Amino acid sequence: MSERTLRGKVAIAGVGETIYYKHGQSPDAEFKLCLQAILAACKDAGIDPRDVDGFASYGGDRSEAVRLASALGCKELRFSNMFWGGGGGGVCGAVANAGAAVHAGMANCVIAFRSLAQGQFARYGRGNQPATVGGDDAFLAPYGLRSPAQRFAMKITRFMTDNGIRHEALRSIAMASYHHAQSNPNAVMQGRPLTVEKYEASRWIIEPFHRLFDCCQENDGAGAVLVVPADRAKDLPHKPVYLLGAAQGGHHRSNAPVHNAPDYASAHFKTVARNMWDMAKLGPKDCDVVQAYENFTGGVLLSLVEHGFVDPKTANEELVLENLLVGGTGRMPMNTSGGNLAECYMHGLEMVNEAVRQLRGTAINQVAGADVVAVLGGPMVTPVSSLVVGTEATL
Amino acid sequence: MSTTVLPAGLPAPAVEPLTKPYWEGTRQGKLVIQKCNGCGKHQWGPEWICHHCHSFDLGWAEVAPRGRIWSWQRPHHPVHGALTGHTPYTIVLVELPGADNVRMVGNLICAPDAKVEIGAEVEAVFEPHDGADPPYTLVQWRIVG
Repeated sequence: MSERTLRGKVAIAGVGETIYYKHGQSPDAEFKLCLQAILAACKDAGIDPRDVDGFASYGGDRSEAVRLASALGCKELRFSNMFWGGGGGGVCGAVANAGAAVHAGMANCVIAFRSLAQGQFARYGRGNQPATVGGDDAFLAPYGLRSPAQRFAMKITRFMTDNGIRHEALRSIAMASYHHAQSNPNAVMQGRPLTVEKYEASRWIIEPFHRLFDCCQENDGAGAVLVVPADRAKDLPHKPVYLLGAAQGGHHRSNAPVHNAPDYASAHFKTVARNMWDMAKLGPKDCDVVQAYENFTGGVLLSLVEHGFVDPKTANEELVLENLLVGGTGRMPMNTSGGNLAECYMHGLEMVNEAVRQLRGTAINQVAGADVVAVLGGPMVTPVSSLVVGTEATL
Repeated sequence: MSTTVLPAGLPAPAVEPLTKPYWEGTRQGKLVIQKCNGCGKHQWGPEWICHHCHSFDLGWAEVAPRGRIWSWQRPHHPVHGALTGHTPYTIVLVELPGADNVRMVGNLICAPDAKVEIGAEVEAVFEPHDGADPPYTLVQWRIVG
């Protein structure tokens, strides 16, 4: 039996994104933003949007596949797919699902996308306010535990306390994203650099490890990538970006009710990262660039640890700003377009686009000669997902 | 002094078939959680199946209202209108050594700037909301000693 893998089987041939807006400031409807990003990805790939035959998304995206296919006049729809779970846990899973469909012959040309205009709907940080709550929330909301930050904070408290990791490590993660955003004209936080003083003076969201700048924004916009079979990608305009490894899921009982996951102080990547590296036949040391989804900087810390990029024993020394920047002494350039914190909170889809630009050699903050980029999807939700992509040289 | 840790107006727990014995217990000042009649393991929160042995025959057992802090957080940003002007407050994740180390979430009754130690021994404090319709009782926690 031949090896079951996506390694080198499919490629990202096109990337697209809208202008990124602050929360509530998009002049366009969410669905229109989605169409704009998809058209941009098709144009980038040199493919007629009518030839797209599949759509994959995550996070309960409201722009449904059938509506998109009808609006775009796609000749036929062969694959429509939604990754379960909230936030950006499924960003890499959506790309991988698109790739799996293409490799299995279920579709030829699949868009993986995310569209978000929170201002037109409800915000994540506050949510609706019902009089009574059932299920898990009955044991959480009456105690004032409701927001995503609060759902994750106790994982971070425990992990950082157990390992003696200081808040400066989280500050470096935040500052790296803001630093890279300053040269990115589409970054929402361009022109608003983050200094040590500004970070330290920012208000608490949650003690002991979540200041304002440790938390993502909410934004309006959309992003999309176009996934095709590897052999087809060679005939398209851009240098193909091959999917080398991808995995999704969570470890044993990662979603046990009321914060009872046996391995609780986790971003839920322990098994996912292992499976991804196994498929890619690579490890963290092979990566030239990392895009690590920041919902909260503490989640990035756990994500980096669980993917093997950072050893918790030396995290205080490794997670210093210089190590995370493009150029200089940067040993692990991270979130090179500004990430969720400072480019745009497009639930990580913007990070997939940036991974592609790095491998094409067209990134604004280009890492010289980048051949392998890892994208670590939204941490601490479950299920989570991550992927690693590479140039032809890595096949 | 307020009789509840957090101000009125937060969502009340819906009493559902799966969770009813727990809420009946707290009204009587008892900590009652799920215990499998098949294998004898405690589990929390309530589920339809025992995740150890897959029995659907789940009973309920009173457990010692004592535990230790497994983790904690202190929210400052109000995530509900009722909390505006009432932050920070402290949330703890409490492990119950007397019940297979299941964990429960509650508020720690403490000063807003109190130092919180992982591993600290805590005991349950039953916090009645008698004015609610229907009335319910939350389980809060305070440091032992």
